[in-house]
Parts: sequence; structure tokens; C-alpha cells
Amino acid sequence: MSEAGDLGSGGGAPLPAGGSTAEGEPGWTAALRRRLDGRLPLEEVLPTRQPAFVGSWVYVFGVVTIAALVWVLVSGCVLAIMGSAWWHTSNLGHFFNSIHFWSVQMFFIFMVLHLWGQYWGAGWRDGRAKTWMVGVVLFLVSIVTAFTGYLVQQNFDSQWIAVNAKDAINSTGLGGFFNVLNFGQMYGIHVMLFPIALTLLVVLHIVQVRSRGVVRPLGDPYVPDTGERASTGAPR
Amino acid sequence: MNAHRPKFDKADYYRGVRMTPYDLIKEISIATVGILVVVLILSAILSSPDVPSATIQAWAKSDPVDFVTTAASELSGQTTTAQYGPPYTTGSGSVQSIGPIEPQVWAGVHVAVNAPLDFVLQPLSQATVGDQTLASALTTFNDASATQQGKWLAAYDQALGSAQLVSNEVSVPRGDYGPVPVLMSRLLTLARSGGLDALLLTSDHFYQTDYSRPLLFLSDGGYFEGLAQAQDLTGSQWGMMNETGRYPGQAWLWLYTLWYQIPPFSTASNADLLVVAVMTLLSLGLLLVPFIPGLRDIPRWIPVHKLIWREHYRSMTK
Repeated sequence: MSEAGDLGSGGGAPLPAGGSTAEGEPGWTAALRRRLDGRLPLEEVLPTRQPAFVGSWVYVFGVVTIAALVWVLVSGCVLAIMGSAWWHTSNLGHFFNSIHFWSVQMFFIFMVLHLWGQYWGAGWRDGRAKTWMVGVVLFLVSIVTAFTGYLVQQNFDSQWIAVNAKDAINSTGLGGFFNVLNFGQMYGIHVMLFPIALTLLVVLHIVQVRSRGVVRPLGDPYVPDTGERASTGAPR
Repeated sequence: MNAHRPKFDKADYYRGVRMTPYDLIKEISIATVGILVVVLILSAILSSPDVPSATIQAWAKSDPVDFVTTAASELSGQTTTAQYGPPYTTGSGSVQSIGPIEPQVWAGVHVAVNAPLDFVLQPLSQATVGDQTLASALTTFNDASATQQGKWLAAYDQALGSAQLVSNEVSVPRGDYGPVPVLMSRLLTLARSGGLDALLLTSDHFYQTDYSRPLLFLSDGGYFEGLAQAQDLTGSQWGMMNETGRYPGQAWLWLYTLWYQIPPFSTASNADLLVVAVMTLLSLGLLLVPFIPGLRDIPRWIPVHKLIWREHYRSMTK
């Protein structure tokens, strides 16, 4: 490469076909593009064909969990925009709090069903252990997020939960840094930090699932390719 | 061939598996609308819980004897908060450890609370304007020796056992209590006016969001726990996973709450730390299921998967 750099397509190395793989190009950006191209092409992100066994009801739970999370986030945004005291003084605010409340209940019901479904299907097989682990982290982060939500309700329930929970958190030595009696600290964590962490983890979890596909059923294991290929319409 | 093709070949992985058309966006859209409909119906019919928060004002009005008893105990440093230990005080009353493992002590004091000063003397000192009797009582108390203060408070605390409410004032049998009855009477008046709720939040800043002190003060009395008892929220009632009224609470904390109901946790003085330790281990176990022999094999041994993929197995046998 010259000191002045390349002059568009007129100089230096030719661009890769389609400009999508960044083949042979140096640098972090090109490396990231190659990685994304290789691991997550659009046909995997938005598939139009899936194995027939994905028709089982157990696969619905993950999607419904995400659907519930959408309404948790939407109703949470409205509550955050209108202020922490709004829902105590306004009927409309109380209705939005109810949407938030029941969305959270739905979110947990379907997340637990999804978790059990994946456990009984041993969803971690064939190189999917990281997907399982991110899912468990998501479950645990969701519990802490919901816990901080209960702490910032500004009613008797939040007072009682804070006073009782403090002893467990204090016993770990974290009470001085994660003070459940401090509304301001819990509110910031609940409406900002944990939702961002939760959303990023959900995106990562979906990417993991999409990039590797769903696991084959137990009892019908994957046998490495020996050259013989079945003509079942599996995409190549 | 693409030199960066992923090692995992999905087509090869699904070899022999029948592929069918699939519409991801349609599925997500239907799920999102479906959940919204369910949530809207539940919200419209069942609403959501919102039991008003407890206040020190309400406490002082509805149970003045309990309020004064608690305040006197705060002044003598005998309450749970006064003797708690880190992160509030240097005491050891609520410090938990497992053998030599004492994370609470290691972390130290970070939310400093001086119960006599923060809950009683400082709020009263801010209410002395125009009240010479209170100012004089405060001076007398502050100028007395610690021994003398202890004698007054011990006698008053004993007398509170037979306290009565006379003309809306807490009355105790005659005795040598020094300025303590005046201090308690004024603090009760201050609390009834709602002033103490505000004064316990006061710091050097205009904006306040830290409710540590008023919550700790409330939790030292019997009134607060009585409210929780009425709502089935105490520890022996699986309180941490319950919600006020007949609403579902944090049901996902059932396992965490379960430990508190059974020995040795139910009788241990370090139950919180023990339960946290057990739950941390169990969470790690859940996280590492794919690598734990036995735990990862249960799905093979108990064939729930035959129910999950029954159509697939049926097609395999054809």
C-alpha cells in the first residue's frame, strides 16, 4: 500500500466480489465483517425453512418470552418518561403499571417454560453449551432486574422487600455498594443498566441460536458427514 | 471456496432431517400481538397492586406507644439498627459469617447510621425554633454523662412497659427520667405532623432519593411488621415471593424463599448468608449443566423429549 493509500477502486487491491466478505483485507473492521459474514449470513438471521421438528410447541416459549419482553420494555419506557410517581396519581398511569406488571409475569412464565423445555431437550448438545449458559445468565439477570423493579414501586411492598432483602445483601458485603434502601440508586439501575444488559444478552442469545440452529432431537443424533448426502432439502 | 467459512456446517448437521417452510417474522408478530391482548385483558380486569407506603407520620398516629418505645430504644442504642454492624455501624448485632468467612465485616461501613443522633437528637435539634422547653431538654440531655443518660433511658424504657395513652399523649408512671419524656413527647409531635419523615431524609443536598434512614427507623418498630403480617408478607409466610393483596409476586424466588422455611436455615443466625451461598452454588450448577455428568444425562433417562418431539419420532418410525 502506498503512503497516500488507495485511490478508491482505481488503485490498490480490488474489492471482493459483492463487497461482503472483506476477503484478504487487513484490519479489525475487515476481520469483524468476515466473522459476521461467516457466522451470521442473512439467510440464518431470517430463515424461511427450518427442520420439521421445530413445529413442536416447546419452540413457541422462547418467541413468546421475547414478545412479553417487548411489552415490558415499552410499558417501562412510558412509566420512566412520565416519572416514578405518575402511576400512583393517574388512572392511565396505573393502567400502564398494570401492563408492566402483567408483562413481567408473562415474561417469567414463558422464560421458565422455555428453560425447562431446553433442559428436557438437552438443548446444550452439539456445541450449544454457550447458548445454554447465556440463557441461564439471562434468567439470573432477569430475576435481579425484576427485583429492582419491585424495590422502586414506591409503595408498601417495595418498602417491605427492601427492608427484608437488605439483610441478605448486607451479609455478602455488597450492601454498602448495592443499597436496596436507596431509591435513587435502585431506580437508575432498574430503568437503565439492567434493561440495557438484558437487551444485549437477548440479542446475543438470539444470534447464538440463529447461527447454530436448533439442536437435533434426542435419539436422532448428528452423525458426521461421510460423503453420503441425504436429499431432504437441507440448505447448503 | 470461502476460506472463512464457519467450521459448523448447518446443512450437514441437519442431514436426514425434513425441512419445512418457516415464517419467523409472522411468528414473532403473532406472539407479540397475542401477548399484548392477554396483558391488556389482565390489566383491565385485575389491575395491579399498590398498597400505599407506610409513613412515620401514620405510625406515630396509629401506634404512638410503639413509636415512642422504638424512639427511646434508638436513643439508648438498643435497636436492631443501632447495633447492626456493617454497612451501617461498627457493631456486630446483625453480622453474619460462615466460619472465618465474614464478607460483611470485610466490606466495612459504607452507609453510616448513628441511631441516637440521626433518628432522635438531630431531628429534634432542628425543631427547637420557638420551643424553649425542647431546647432546654436537649441541652440537659447532651450535657449529661453517658452514665446518667443510660440511667434515665433505662428507667424510661422500663416505665414504657406500662405506658398509657392519656389525652393523646404517651403517659408513664412517675420516675426519674430526666429530660427524656420531653424529648419523646416532642419527637411524637414532630412525627405526627409529618415533619420527621422529611427530617430523616435531610442531608447536605437539596434533592433526596436515599430512604435508608427512614426505612431503618420504621423497621425497628413493631408497627411496620404488623402491616406486613396483615398482608402475609413476613418471612415465615414466604414473604419475599409474595405481593400485597391477592396478586402474584416474585414467584420465581420460590426456591430462594423455600430455604428459609426449613432447618437448618430456619433456625440459623446466619441464615441469609447460608441461603445466598446455597443459591449461588445452585445457580452455578444450572449454568454449568452441560458439563456436569449425571445432571446433563437426566433428559436422556427421563424421556420427556419423547413428548416434545413426538411427531418427529413418529415420522422416523414410518
